[in-house]
Amino acid sequence: MPPNELTTRSIPANRRTPPKESDMNMHSMTVRGKDRYKSGVLEYKKMGYWEPDYEPKDTDIIALFRVTPQDGVDPIEASAAVAGESSTATWTVVWTDRLTAAEKYRAKCFRVDPVPNSPGQYFAYIAYDLDLFEPGSIANLSASIIGNVFGFKPLKALRLEDMRLPVAYVKTFQGPATGIVVERERMDKFGRPLLGATVKPKLGLSGRNYGRVVYEALRGGLDFTKDDENINSQPFMHWRERFLYCMEAVNKAQAATGEIKGTYLNVTAGTMEDMYERAEFAKELGSVIIMIDLVIGYTAIQSMAKWARRNDMILHLHRAGHSTYTRQRSHGVSFRVIAKWMRLAGVDHIHAGTVVGKLEGDPATTRGYYDICREDYNPMRLEHGVFFDQHWASLNKLMPVASGGIHAGQMHQLLDHLGEDVILQFGGGTIGHPMGIQAGATANRVALEAMILARNEGRDYLHEGPEILAKAAETCTPLKSALEVWKDVTFNYESTDMPDYVPTPSVAL
Amino acid sequence: MRITQGCFSFLPDLTDEQISRQVQYCLENGWAVNIEFTDDPHPRNNLWEMWGLPMFDLRDAAGVMMELNQCRKVYGNSYIRLSAFDSSHGWESVRLSFIVNRPKEEPGFRLERHEVAGRNIRYTTKSYAADRPEGRRYG
Repeated sequence: MPPNELTTRSIPANRRTPPKESDMNMHSMTVRGKDRYKSGVLEYKKMGYWEPDYEPKDTDIIALFRVTPQDGVDPIEASAAVAGESSTATWTVVWTDRLTAAEKYRAKCFRVDPVPNSPGQYFAYIAYDLDLFEPGSIANLSASIIGNVFGFKPLKALRLEDMRLPVAYVKTFQGPATGIVVERERMDKFGRPLLGATVKPKLGLSGRNYGRVVYEALRGGLDFTKDDENINSQPFMHWRERFLYCMEAVNKAQAATGEIKGTYLNVTAGTMEDMYERAEFAKELGSVIIMIDLVIGYTAIQSMAKWARRNDMILHLHRAGHSTYTRQRSHGVSFRVIAKWMRLAGVDHIHAGTVVGKLEGDPATTRGYYDICREDYNPMRLEHGVFFDQHWASLNKLMPVASGGIHAGQMHQLLDHLGEDVILQFGGGTIGHPMGIQAGATANRVALEAMILARNEGRDYLHEGPEILAKAAETCTPLKSALEVWKDVTFNYESTDMPDYVPTPSVAL
Repeated sequence: MRITQGCFSFLPDLTDEQISRQVQYCLENGWAVNIEFTDDPHPRNNLWEMWGLPMFDLRDAAGVMMELNQCRKVYGNSYIRLSAFDSSHGWESVRLSFIVNRPKEEPGFRLERHEVAGRNIRYTTKSYAADRPEGRRYG
């Protein structure tokens, strides 16, 4: 049902005052028996979508929503409405429910908590039976959970904060085509973050000029270069030109250094057929990696992940467009949910924030995203915005990518925040180097290796970072010059999204 | 040229003391260190020869350093690397790998281009040294 058909009419006036906190976790109000199916309008919380005594099963999918009801709307009723509209309900009672095992299919809101320090917002925990979902389909999962409820009139705003995906459901997905371990084995690179750069300028370079940037960056010491999200096949450079010149650059750099190199060839296109054609050509040319944009859609992403698994290709995902719905705290879908969906969907790389760079991301929230990508088990960590224990059941690990406004002088902070299994992408920080692209790449690689060496030696690299870099720069002029040019560059803005819970001193961490 | 495989190839060659500290880091993480050598450092040649087995159950880096010095005596003009294996579930592969010995001269690789249909090119990377038989590649 289109969301605009429902109005606050369905919530009777006498229930429009929010209950006191003590009333919040009351018992089931579900109307049972014949009365449940009397024609007319019944509150959602009485239809069986609010079941505070319900114990979620191990196989249930659980979603956590941040619900902001309209003024005067009962938060329990609002939360029950979210459960109803994201599962079986419509605005009025229908007799056809009685032809089904309706109680099983009803999503059940089982807990509603006020959000700390955010008057008017509530966390609603909703459990969904596994049978509500098609196995192995993010399209089906997302159509159910976020398909209908976000425009619901009784709500001012709604945000999907987190999901618990049961192992029984996780196991219906392929997961990352390659995974961190196999990617490292194929690339023959162990023990340090990988280094990349996005070719700049984003738009306008001819194939030949583009290949030059790729060669210089790889030759100078990077492992990867990358097409930007909107480099597809434009008048200034058609995709075959780009692929041919890029692979010349990759092979030449590989021979010059004796190291495996790669460049993310963006195969994003207007149709699946075009994308497959581009991916096949990348394979024919011997590329180890291709890339896609998030905007191609969940089904296209899953198709490309299956193609990548079949063709021994690493699959990079650029999260183009995600900030339109992930950034605001009160409405949309948290990126931690997108990260979970993308691990299921089967991409190998995902941009997940830099903490110190130019794009949104507070350290604790970002840490939560990285854990979701890289761990086999995520324990609940409210201080990182992770609301559920999540088992990944040996699904491959997804390599997070840190990109956007980072430079060699931040190496110690990057390593501390992001760890070792990450791709650090210095676009401007490579190509903007005063001595040229190769020098920029070398500066980054030397800074990284020096920092890893120091960390492994047990040094307090976070505090001694600037010193470690300065020492490494003594034998590396490009690093010296990079440190000089970007020494004062930081991006200190307040985050728009951060965890609602902060650890208190009594919590042992 | 200088082959830049491994974790620390962009730094000046590590001293034995620096190598030993990296080994100690690996051992403290419970990883088994293996010494491997080759005279065919093609980027896709992952099968370097093993100098014995990975050293399981070792506590002190000195054991690895002793073996490394033995290996250097025999293969001092080859590439030698240390690889650390992590047997934990979910990884079960190499955690750290770095070159600890190089031939005096590194001639590097030639890129061969085989022009095929359209503007397509088939690339092959060939080691100059590997044209000679195994064991006689670096003088």
